[in-house]
Amino acid sequence: MSSQKQPSMQLTPEIGAQQVELLARLCNAMAVSGDEQEVRQIVLDEIQPYCDQVEVDGLGNVLAMHVGSQAQKVRVMIAAHMDEVGFMLTNDEGEGVFSFETVGGIDPRQLVGKAVIVGREHVPAVIGAKPIHLTTAEERKKALKVEELRIDLGPEGSSKAKVGDRATFATQLEALEPSIRAKALDNRLGVINLIELLRHAPENIDLLAAFTVQEEVGLRGARVAAYRFDPQIGMAIDATPAHDLPAYDVDVENTRYNTKLDHGPAIYLMDGATISDRRLAEWLMQTAEAEGIPYQIRQPNPGGTDAGAIHRARAGVPSISVSVPVRYAHSAASLIRQEDWANTLKLVYHALTRLTPEILS
Amino acid sequence: MSIEAKKIEQDDALLALIKKMVETPGPSGQEQLIRAAILEEIQGSADEIRTDAMGNLIARKGSKQPNGLRIMISAHMDEIGLMVTHVDENGFSRFIPIGGVSPLTCIGGRVIFMNGQRGVIGCERLEPNALPTLEKLFIDVGTTSREDCPVKVGDVCGFERPFLDLGKHLVAKSMDNRISVVVAIAALRTLQASPHEVYFVFSVQEEVGLRGSATAAYGVDPDVGLAVDVTRTGDTPRTTKMEVALDKGPAIKVRDSSFIADPRVVDWMIATAKAADIPYQMEVLEAGGTDGRSIQLARAGVPAGCLSIPCRYIHTPSEMVSRADFEDAIRLLVELLSREVKLG
Repeated sequence: MSSQKQPSMQLTPEIGAQQVELLARLCNAMAVSGDEQEVRQIVLDEIQPYCDQVEVDGLGNVLAMHVGSQAQKVRVMIAAHMDEVGFMLTNDEGEGVFSFETVGGIDPRQLVGKAVIVGREHVPAVIGAKPIHLTTAEERKKALKVEELRIDLGPEGSSKAKVGDRATFATQLEALEPSIRAKALDNRLGVINLIELLRHAPENIDLLAAFTVQEEVGLRGARVAAYRFDPQIGMAIDATPAHDLPAYDVDVENTRYNTKLDHGPAIYLMDGATISDRRLAEWLMQTAEAEGIPYQIRQPNPGGTDAGAIHRARAGVPSISVSVPVRYAHSAASLIRQEDWANTLKLVYHALTRLTPEILS
Repeated sequence: MSIEAKKIEQDDALLALIKKMVETPGPSGQEQLIRAAILEEIQGSADEIRTDAMGNLIARKGSKQPNGLRIMISAHMDEIGLMVTHVDENGFSRFIPIGGVSPLTCIGGRVIFMNGQRGVIGCERLEPNALPTLEKLFIDVGTTSREDCPVKVGDVCGFERPFLDLGKHLVAKSMDNRISVVVAIAALRTLQASPHEVYFVFSVQEEVGLRGSATAAYGVDPDVGLAVDVTRTGDTPRTTKMEVALDKGPAIKVRDSSFIADPRVVDWMIATAKAADIPYQMEVLEAGGTDGRSIQLARAGVPAGCLSIPCRYIHTPSEMVSRADFEDAIRLLVELLSREVKLG
């Protein structure tokens, strides 16, 4: 596909009611890894007017390009994964009851009693287990395994679902100033930020925007997207856990929080999949300091982002990640601060406007 | 100068080179110092030298003759190390490993940060008979508060331990893989009149997943590839069984847990060693991987193998290799690259 491009808005992107409304549509949509169609459609509708070229590749990635008008441009790939963790129905046990497996990293202890939606029709259902009336004290000490849980659609829902359908949490986004609570903030925040970056694309770079699939099952979409774009610099914009709660042992300092809410965008130096390019880390930190944007260094920890796939593409791509800190990631309801979201978008935007080819020399 | 005197002088120079290479810090992702040190040693010996997007140092020697191939030699220049994750209110730094670091070899160890700051590794109180985990360990750089601590989150350090020459055997904290780096440097300097276009790659980020050699192999696009790396031995008391031992020559890898060496490459290595009367041993490594895997899987696939230097106590501060094995590895690599190659 290609389209007539509208001039990009040269003003700094900001977060307002319009963005919160779009984030709500993105978070409430279902895009469990491997079937990202709902989110892909929203993305395509939103970005079409602002790109020189848009295509959907063989795996389902949305690859959009905004060509800068200035000379001496750097080709920068920014990836935001569209998919979310969720479930897949594995066995029809009759009466609308299905066994299921998890897709991506989900802690099964968090699942009992959660309302979920199933399939493209968003059929309402619940994850059930034996109620307290019938369990023994001994049973309640043990964590339930996924094999012991069922997704129950009720007999009327049975005809609307089949083995292989995806399911996700039924949570609807709530804006709770100064926070937002929703499912799938990992990584619809990255998706909306990338949409905003395309709308306000800087003219000093070629912005290669990849809305990727299948990140949660192993950075698969980004791998082929990076091969296609063959960029000079790679960046993943994502969401990362914040576990900034008090330590359980009151005498001990909490030393493993990953990130903290209200401390701004989280810049990565190392995770399980990538060692960030230090030139890019310096560039982001200098931008933040020059623009007065708060930032934090994500604690080097396991985990991975699309940067893990991008930096290994072809002959190698200097890469980094920036994430919005999110409490309770990969659960039915996660929580962010709107300020952290806004500052993440601001940081990446300003960093891009300052980017020159000299960064790679 | 007599031949003996000349040999001693060359040996001393080689030992000085090993010392320089093993004592330069360079954990994965922080290869700038070791890269500069290697560059200093190879300048003038190569026809072309470049650093790629990932930081791999790539030196070309020779150009492809009608009967020659494009051959990639990969010796990773990174080493294991630590990265700081948190500095607490009393100035103690928590960390995570870069590559495979055992908590057992950390306690009491000394580290050096990339900016030269030194520190020691301490451990929390352990339950009786409990083994330490990395979460129980911390780095003490001799300050008493977070504010005064010269170390911050994301700073990287390597282990610090001086080179030790035991005569027959040589010991250092980073024989993995600086001994192979020296093998590659020596081969690059020695190689004359080869029909091949040889790319000596000093690769980055091997210890975190063979990352540098993967992108280097894409860039070089070789006809055949060889990793040069260390391999473990089975010649110490009550260790896991393995055929490889020190002092029996460089090892020709048949497989490890990351890849199966191309049998044509294995045959080529055996035939070359036999013809040149260089001792060698066959290696089957049950756990471990090398750049051979990433070269093999580059682009549409590359016949690849690995020349291994037997090494005791890998990933401890005292990795031990045999001087004879090291010298034979250089001879074998030069022989491999000097003649026409016909893969089965």
